[in-house]
Amino acid sequence: MIEVTDLTVRYGGVTSLDGMSVTFEAGTCGLIGPNGAGKTTFFNVLSGFVRPASGTVRAFGDDLLRMPHYRRARWGVRRTFQTEQAIEGLTVYDNVSMQHSPLRGTARRDDVLVAIEFVGGGLTPDARVGSLGAGQRRLVEVARAVAGKPRLVLLDEPAAGLPDEETAHLTSVIKSIPEQTGALVILVDHDMSLVSAVCETTAVLDFGKLIASGPTAQVLRDENVMRAYLGTAEVM
Amino acid sequence: MIDTAGPKAPVSTGLVRRPDRRALTRAAVITVLLLLALFALPPLMSGYYTDTMTQVAIYSIVTLGLGLLVGRVGLYSLGQLAVLVIGAWVGARLLFATGQPYILVLIEAGLVTMIIGSLITLPALRLRGLYLALITLMLAGAVTVVLATLNFPNGGGGFSGYNGSFLHIPQIRRPSFAGTDPAYYRFAVIVAIVMFLLVFVHLRARPGRAWAAIRQSEPAALAAGINTTVYKLWAMALASFVTGVAGALLAGADRELFSIDFPIQNSIELLAVVLMGGAFALSGAVVAAFLLAFLPALLYQLWSVPNDWLIILFGVGVMQVLATAPGGIADQFPKDMKRLYGWISRRVRGSAAPEPAPAQAASAKGGGPA
Repeated sequence: MIEVTDLTVRYGGVTSLDGMSVTFEAGTCGLIGPNGAGKTTFFNVLSGFVRPASGTVRAFGDDLLRMPHYRRARWGVRRTFQTEQAIEGLTVYDNVSMQHSPLRGTARRDDVLVAIEFVGGGLTPDARVGSLGAGQRRLVEVARAVAGKPRLVLLDEPAAGLPDEETAHLTSVIKSIPEQTGALVILVDHDMSLVSAVCETTAVLDFGKLIASGPTAQVLRDENVMRAYLGTAEVM
Repeated sequence: MIDTAGPKAPVSTGLVRRPDRRALTRAAVITVLLLLALFALPPLMSGYYTDTMTQVAIYSIVTLGLGLLVGRVGLYSLGQLAVLVIGAWVGARLLFATGQPYILVLIEAGLVTMIIGSLITLPALRLRGLYLALITLMLAGAVTVVLATLNFPNGGGGFSGYNGSFLHIPQIRRPSFAGTDPAYYRFAVIVAIVMFLLVFVHLRARPGRAWAAIRQSEPAALAAGINTTVYKLWAMALASFVTGVAGALLAGADRELFSIDFPIQNSIELLAVVLMGGAFALSGAVVAAFLLAFLPALLYQLWSVPNDWLIILFGVGVMQVLATAPGGIADQFPKDMKRLYGWISRRVRGSAAPEPAPAQAASAKGGGPA
């Protein structure tokens, strides 16, 4: 469980997150909002890239904000990026194995191979990432995120720019992550069909403020949410 | 297009990494070239070229260190000349002051340079790109200024080991087994091989993967739990160590060291040749060393081209490389050779193909009998 309390982030005069308080319970949770709402900033706070002005984040009882960024990965925070960040010069195996893992030796190697196997998509451990297509590179990032005993997986627009067929595959992969790893998944995406398909609960940000949270179907019908997305409370 | 069969059940599979044919061929070619360099070349070279090739071997270690920083970690340092000078100074001082085995002196010079180099560059670890280049260039300038005052050791006493004289100074000693120029050349090549292996082992292990991640995406490296500060410092330390060893090796090669031989301009030339040679491959370091040490010697002997003119040549070379071959000569040359081979093969096949029979030719044109 991730408990966020009164989280505020300021960039100079701009308030990117404004007293955000929300709880992500378990399974796969969505975090949606219009561009500039503060979703990636929230991920950056959890990853340790951005220091908040105030607020706390307790992850399964631990104070996440007190840990240096590389310690958070060791604790179990994993993430993918809006702009895919698979390392081109390395193989798929090396990309996944660079993720910190508490496992050692054969157990670690098997864990990496299982992660690659899990995401599927025709990925082979020895393939060079530079030779892969956009969808496969996204899967490499997801494999890295599920390797090494994750506890919190942050997926930042993993389906951005993918064709429908690849999005469908990614959807089934994301759906399986909590069961496969036991981790809590937070998914940021603009694709509402993806969010509806995989997220049991969803929180909505608008201009840094939390405007709704709860079961996904209910949140997507919320008047405030429709207004934030469409400028009107018509059917979304 | 990806295989959209859905996520598969976790299966533990073994991953056996066998060296492929290309890797074996590459290893065989490198072994043959090294054997040629060690055994076939020395009897064929004049004293002038033996000295030049010794410098190539030594500077290949320097360009190896800089290539590691630039190509593998993305740290553009202009201070590697200063690190080389520190290694040469420490090596010379130890060689004059002690009777330790030469190899031990090389390691000590490497370690001292590693500590000094890492400490000096520690504040610069948060910087990248132009700012890091600027700070490290200033470091090189500062070392040049200190060196002009301190001078290189030349058999004197005290901390500096400088006796205040330019004439009749004792020469820096060489190892007993490499007293002659050809023997010292072989020694320099062997030390270079050891330094290349040291860096190669790092690149194939966890540090190599961490550096690749830092170079391409520092946020991704951080998110993967890589302590980027430690790994950057590790790269700086390794580059400083090998460059320090090269400095001590240079002390024995030159036998007399003068501060005037290490102008700050050489720092820029060093980066230029590393970019031209190819910072992303180990072979690029060797190409860079040939550009830095062999090309000037060759041009001087053939047409008496002064060394200063090379800065113009290197400037044009860097522009050309950045515009057409960002991977440098080491990356581009094999590609060009492959293209040339393909072109020649097509020509040979074209000229060897038999002339089509008249009926076939007519049929091919659609003009056969009805």
